[in-house]
Amino acid sequence: MSDPTPRSQELRIPSLARVEGETALHLRIDHGTVIEARLKIYEPPRFFEAFLRGRAHTEPPDLTSRICGICPVAYQMSACRAIEDACGVVVDGQLAALRRLLYCGEWIESQTLHIHMLHAPDFLGEDDVIGLSRSHLEHVKRGLRLKQAGNAVVELLGGRAIHPVNVRIGGFHRAPTRAELRPLEERLRTALDDAWDTVRWVAGFEFPDAECDADLLALAEEGTYAIESGVPTVLPYDEMLPPYSFPLRDFTDHVAEEQVSHSTALHSRLDGRRHLTGSLARWAVSGYLLSPLALEAAREAGLGDPLSRAGAGRAEVCRNPYRSILVRAVEVLYAVEEALRIITEYERPARPYVEVPARAGIGHGATEAPRGLLYHRYAFDDGGRVTDARIVPPTAQNQGAIEEDLRRLVQAGLDRGEGSEAELTRLCERAVRNHDPCISCSAHFLELDIERTH
Amino acid sequence: MSTPTTPQPPVRPRLGVFKFASCDGCQLTLLDCEDELLGIAAELEIAHFLEASSEPAPGPYDLVLVEGSVSTPEHVERIRRIRADARHLVTIGACATAGGVQALRNYADVDGYLATVYARPEYIETLATSTPVSAHVPVDFELRGCPIDRGQLVEVITAFLAGRKPAIPNHSVCFACKRRGNVCVTVAHGTPCLGPVTHAGCGALCPTYGRGCYGCFGPAGTTNLPALVPLMQRDGMSEEDIGRFLHTFNVTAFTAVEEQGQPGVTDAEGPG
Ligand code: SF4
Ligand code: SF4
Repeated sequence: MSDPTPRSQELRIPSLARVEGETALHLRIDHGTVIEARLKIYEPPRFFEAFLRGRAHTEPPDLTSRICGICPVAYQMSACRAIEDACGVVVDGQLAALRRLLYCGEWIESQTLHIHMLHAPDFLGEDDVIGLSRSHLEHVKRGLRLKQAGNAVVELLGGRAIHPVNVRIGGFHRAPTRAELRPLEERLRTALDDAWDTVRWVAGFEFPDAECDADLLALAEEGTYAIESGVPTVLPYDEMLPPYSFPLRDFTDHVAEEQVSHSTALHSRLDGRRHLTGSLARWAVSGYLLSPLALEAAREAGLGDPLSRAGAGRAEVCRNPYRSILVRAVEVLYAVEEALRIITEYERPARPYVEVPARAGIGHGATEAPRGLLYHRYAFDDGGRVTDARIVPPTAQNQGAIEEDLRRLVQAGLDRGEGSEAELTRLCERAVRNHDPCISCSAHFLELDIERTH
Repeated sequence: MSTPTTPQPPVRPRLGVFKFASCDGCQLTLLDCEDELLGIAAELEIAHFLEASSEPAPGPYDLVLVEGSVSTPEHVERIRRIRADARHLVTIGACATAGGVQALRNYADVDGYLATVYARPEYIETLATSTPVSAHVPVDFELRGCPIDRGQLVEVITAFLAGRKPAIPNHSVCFACKRRGNVCVTVAHGTPCLGPVTHAGCGALCPTYGRGCYGCFGPAGTTNLPALVPLMQRDGMSEEDIGRFLHTFNVTAFTAVEEQGQPGVTDAEGPG
């Protein structure tokens, strides 16, 4: 190896906030041992938590949706739940069902986007979806169709797929009639077939061995696969430690964020340990609550049978980040089925929303964004003005686990003799895309920065 | 390093998509053109689009779409380099054309903001302002919206391919409401609505869903802000509410309208 000039370890990154954004990676390798793998998130600071202060209690859903155009519904739903919690209001019945329907739409389109456009090309040796459409046109077309079905749900209920306008605290500005929802049914039936085919397709991919040793954190909800509500539940990596839950209001006591110099995203630890949220965590925590159809798909895909372990307090666990694409595909199938179920059972509520009168207080809200648990907390004064806002996105929580994952993969790569920059870049890009941290950081890693000492 | 250049296929116009401070929603609109996507990919060479492709190619580009606002010292440099590489440069969305929601900081003390969000603000480099691309380099066309509208985006790309000016009308959301046959939410229900002063493009979404427009497309070509203010006051909004209403999703754009000598709303304190 040539003698690289040692590079400064402290990189100054012109950059930003606690949102999912652009990323680079810095590796420190000493005598063939990876000392450190650091993800540099350089999305510039956008200060949402700061400028939410002084806003009316009706404003956070529309405002915070602008944190992420990939999962705006997740931001709107977590914000609504937190505000309603502060105001002592519970949204249930058909309004809650409509929220779940909207969220299913986002799951379908966002997970499908990730599967087909970002993740699958890695398994099939293509650079991107354009290349994939040359070699696997039918699969890409199916993906676009499936994504469109998800978008159609969000567009019908929300007005548009990105930053929907119809959501408000207490419910919706306007609730659809049954007749308006009907055209979605046919689309979703086709989508159900497409989702099955997607599961079968990705099940045929080749999955390298890997294991993520982080604790898994997801919401759990009695009787249903948690999406738009639930209680934070942890499956520790150490099997000797029992699974446990904690009240949402204690979230920041358990998930503590710390700022690190190399990234504008804050790092967080769960009870002092590394943790992972997202599809793998959801599947581990609530897999046994999936529908029979989704479970069948999961078994066929080789994910195992969580029902067989349901009584043991631990569901079937998949810790291989490469296989997250399988769980995502199963979740898409489930979301399509859920959407169909909700539409079939839908009765238009008398009013599209319940009143959420402002009052002083603190409220907590968490939902399962496609990428993982998204937590919001707001404090309000007597006039219902925001005095404090706290948002903990999934990417910030996952960053530590992703870095550890990268460290191991690079080490394994080096041990196999794959030490060139190109080889390592490819390896790391794949590893990051496995976790779907966000579309922009998963689609590329512009910069790999390697510091070697010999 | 990618592999050597091979024989060139027929020359297609080269598209570059670049991101600054933003939520990715406007770029995603391009991926949401499912029906048109493969067609667009056939007509244009997608040379740089990090959200979709892992093989970015260097410029020059025939058409560059820019998402996001300029908010760090590095951004200022980068937008100049991109402009130098772009035959046509189009900004997409409220961030790139008006600074976006993150321009709310322009009215605040950024050091205070940093301290609110980060325990160790000294690690963070940022500008005190979030500005539109046009504040830094010449822009050939500005496409509005937060996010932009899919149909308008396809029109801009098509117009570019055909070598003509995009047919994006400058009128207000009210026109779209009339076309859709909506009942006016302000007249019928006393709901405050920025539709009369907001640029069309969304198809009057909010009024169709029974809420007032909150201005996510920014100001229309000609607006009569002073005439709208008393209406919003009549519907129960305070001066401060109106200030926040106008200055959230297109913070700087409505300010510019006001500064062209139209009284009525003052923004001394800024939003919030
Ligand atoms: S204009 Fe709106 S949708 Fe577009 S990038 Fe900015 S925040 Fe996102
Ligand atoms: S009606 Fe106004 S706020 Fe609503 S989508 Fe259209 S431009 Fe945006």
